[in-house]
Amino acid sequence: MAGWASISQIKEKIAEKSAEEVTASYLERIKKSKINAYTTVCEGAIEKAQEIDDKGHNGPLAGIPIAIKDNISTKGIYTTCSSKILQGYVPPYDAHIVERLKDAGAIILGKTNMDEFAMGTSTESSFYGPTLNPWDKERVPGGSSGGSAAVVAAGEAPVSIGSDTGGSVRCPAAFCGVVGLKPTYGTISRYGLISYANSLEQIGPLATCVSDIATLMDIIAGYDSRDSTSVKTEMVYKDALVDDVSGMKIGVPEEYFGEGIDPAVENAVWDAIQFFEELGASWEQTSLPHTSYALAAYYIIAMSEASSNLARFDGTRYGYRSEGDNWHVMASRTRAEGFGPEVKRRILLGTYALSAGYHDKYYLKALKVRTLVKKDFDIAFKKFDCLMTPTMPTPAFRIGEKVEDPLALYLADVNTVPINLAGVPSISLPCGFTDGLPIGLQIIGKHFDETTILKAAYSFEQNTDHHTRRPQEMA
Amino acid sequence: MMVYDNPDGVKIGLEIHVQLNKLNTKLFCACSTDYHNSEPNTHVCPVCLGLPGSLPVLNRRAVEFAMKVGLALNCEIVEQTQFHRKNYYYPDLPKGFQITQYDFPIASNGKVVIDGEDGEHIIRIKRAHMEEDPGKLMHIGSIEKSKGTLINYNRSGMALIEIVTEPDMRSPKEARRFLDKLRSIMEYLDVFDGDLEGAMRVDANISVMGGERVEVKNISSHKGVEKAALYEIMRQKNFVRRGGKVVLETRHFDELRGVTLSMRSKEEEHDYRYFPEPDLVPLRVADKVPEIIKTLPELPDAKRKRFKTQYGMADMHAKALTSDIKVANFYEEVAQLVDPKAAAVWVADILKGELNYRDISVDAFKVEDMAEIIRFVSSGNITERSGVEIIRTILDKGGDPASIVKEKGLVKVEENIVTKAVDETLEENPEALQDYLRGKEKSLNFLVGQVMKKTAGRSDAKTAREMLLDKIKKLSPK
Repeated sequence: MAGWASISQIKEKIAEKSAEEVTASYLERIKKSKINAYTTVCEGAIEKAQEIDDKGHNGPLAGIPIAIKDNISTKGIYTTCSSKILQGYVPPYDAHIVERLKDAGAIILGKTNMDEFAMGTSTESSFYGPTLNPWDKERVPGGSSGGSAAVVAAGEAPVSIGSDTGGSVRCPAAFCGVVGLKPTYGTISRYGLISYANSLEQIGPLATCVSDIATLMDIIAGYDSRDSTSVKTEMVYKDALVDDVSGMKIGVPEEYFGEGIDPAVENAVWDAIQFFEELGASWEQTSLPHTSYALAAYYIIAMSEASSNLARFDGTRYGYRSEGDNWHVMASRTRAEGFGPEVKRRILLGTYALSAGYHDKYYLKALKVRTLVKKDFDIAFKKFDCLMTPTMPTPAFRIGEKVEDPLALYLADVNTVPINLAGVPSISLPCGFTDGLPIGLQIIGKHFDETTILKAAYSFEQNTDHHTRRPQEMA
Repeated sequence: MMVYDNPDGVKIGLEIHVQLNKLNTKLFCACSTDYHNSEPNTHVCPVCLGLPGSLPVLNRRAVEFAMKVGLALNCEIVEQTQFHRKNYYYPDLPKGFQITQYDFPIASNGKVVIDGEDGEHIIRIKRAHMEEDPGKLMHIGSIEKSKGTLINYNRSGMALIEIVTEPDMRSPKEARRFLDKLRSIMEYLDVFDGDLEGAMRVDANISVMGGERVEVKNISSHKGVEKAALYEIMRQKNFVRRGGKVVLETRHFDELRGVTLSMRSKEEEHDYRYFPEPDLVPLRVADKVPEIIKTLPELPDAKRKRFKTQYGMADMHAKALTSDIKVANFYEEVAQLVDPKAAAVWVADILKGELNYRDISVDAFKVEDMAEIIRFVSSGNITERSGVEIIRTILDKGGDPASIVKEKGLVKVEENIVTKAVDETLEENPEALQDYLRGKEKSLNFLVGQVMKKTAGRSDAKTAREMLLDKIKKLSPK
């Protein structure tokens, strides 16, 4: 019963059998999993499903199993950010989106593996070890929401929730051949999302199809008074599911097809863009001239914010705690033992970038670059309805291939980070394969114009069959 | 006019943390601020505990309170709020950073007038900014003997306003006067209750003779600031006299021993790595200023002026009556009921003294009781001394003026009783009378004393004396 399925397919199964049986089948499948995509599995999910069977539930996700990234606070369920330092931490509260999902009747199957504190592009920096790509277990699933993408691709959950600070939903969506949306900054409350880089990140849904993305957005998006950066919108995402791109103006920024792009990726993306033309849209090449500075600015801002966000993990109140004769020794040891190397690298770099004497040279300059990057998009969107690019310059790389070379890993984010700097929405969806590995098409929209990119993605999906391919074991 | 020449070149600047404890909730969450009598860690939530994933939401009323404070200190108000993170590690700081204001404080460039060494003296206010209070470290027994450190986060996230002055105070006394004035203003604004523990904490920057400044941290009382400054001035002067050079440093004030002790030199200061708090959005406040100005109450200086003109009282009384808003309000209510001038003397000179002596608030006394006592005295029914006694009795044991007068028999005795006592005294003490008539003035005091004794103190000395003299005049008309 479990496996690659859409929400509506699951609903049929629930109607046919029961929520309990559906949930049980997923838990069974997770048990047999070889991809290490969950950090915590909720055995209690069965009872929740039984409750829905017994009492009934008229929520839009009644009985639908879902997986949640391990950096989103879940009351009574371990939330560790795949870090040793949060080992054993059981939050006393639910994130805003978890409340909404529960209200809608969703059943939380478990927490998904990720790069430690969402810092990475491969899910290899997890304290629990890497998640394997369901399409090729030698390869990474992408990151940092690697677990969330992999469980959907492997049929271990029909839908999942990730978070995207610099591509962390879209990258694994591309590498795992699923759909992933990074909404406009402010669309989904971050209350309960454990911060890595507050000014950049958004929670985002992952699914096997665009329609499920819209369904999830209608549940999790919306104003929350507990997040001062959340915005009031009256959007109905389901309304965007229209198979019609006629007259749509697509911009294709040349900078996103730069050095290091895999030719197969380039071809697949161009094929997709040309296909949009067949569907009635028009495209034109364009330029986002400050793109080449975006990566550096992104990492400085993200690391600076991270260095401060992660200061609270000192062993005093929760999570892992080391020993020491006094507090300072205890806290230092806790952090030395609790954080992995990539997290430490980013804390150190961020601390450096904010230090007196360097603050203006790095942090302040990065903020200026950010403004310029944003302006690039503003200008482009005066002319175009959306922009299309490869999500990732390459297909999924091999596990271990870039572990020793952080810079190479950072470079992989080149096409995703400018979107977070600008705060605009962007979706990644499958647009082809190379050597059996999925390729992701990125569609970028204007601020709060998820409608256009969902419409484009939906139309593409309705007229192609890339999204119907499954990893071998799934077939 | 006398001019204070500040012989030691003393400069004192203050940084005062004032808890906006009249708010119902904390600065960034909905936790109650009413924690003073609660068990530790019961007024906490994911936000003020800094639990992973929690986010701050700015308390709008706290911003209004801060604006009131800024305006009362004659400051300019910033266009829009901007918060920064001040990064440092300490166990009482649950997020590893404090949310505070940095280059855009809510208020700046103000001034406060105090009664200085040589009359009115202006203390410039550099800035006033909002920030959150950390938790509180606690020890079982003394810090040395305690097995460990306990942390109480009830205080964590309380709204503070930090007021920074220019180094305009020229003596410890002026520093204390400034703090008294500040507290008075805060209480007038009804944003602050100074009686609560830890409500006001002061760092004092002190220098002498153009030397470097020394910062004395975390002094918890106005008296403490005065004492610390006195000690520090003496220490720095002696140090310079012995050929030393004062360097920038941070010292700690040992309240018990009344001395300051070095904590660290300024070179060891933290780099706080300030950067804008990404979880809070700017709040435009400039447009709200006119509205807030309308809500400002009459402040101490204005009230003092009005009391003088409206009630015709001395400046000394006006000052004493207006330093505490509660006393001022109490006075005005009493002044509605009885002669305002008499009321000024009674409240400022007598009641306030008795309250201060007992360290209790004017809330403990009823307006009606004060008015009744004044009425009793001015109608001649009781003596002034009895009036004071009634106040003391009410404060110490309770009761109301009329029944205390009855119980204690304080009604002034009939004149014929005094007359009788005078007659008896003169009869019983012929020698003293003779002594007085021979010019020995002291004898009269003896006779007055005797009369008082016979009336059991119910007559006052003035009356007894007058009646004695009358009688003596009649006995020996010369």
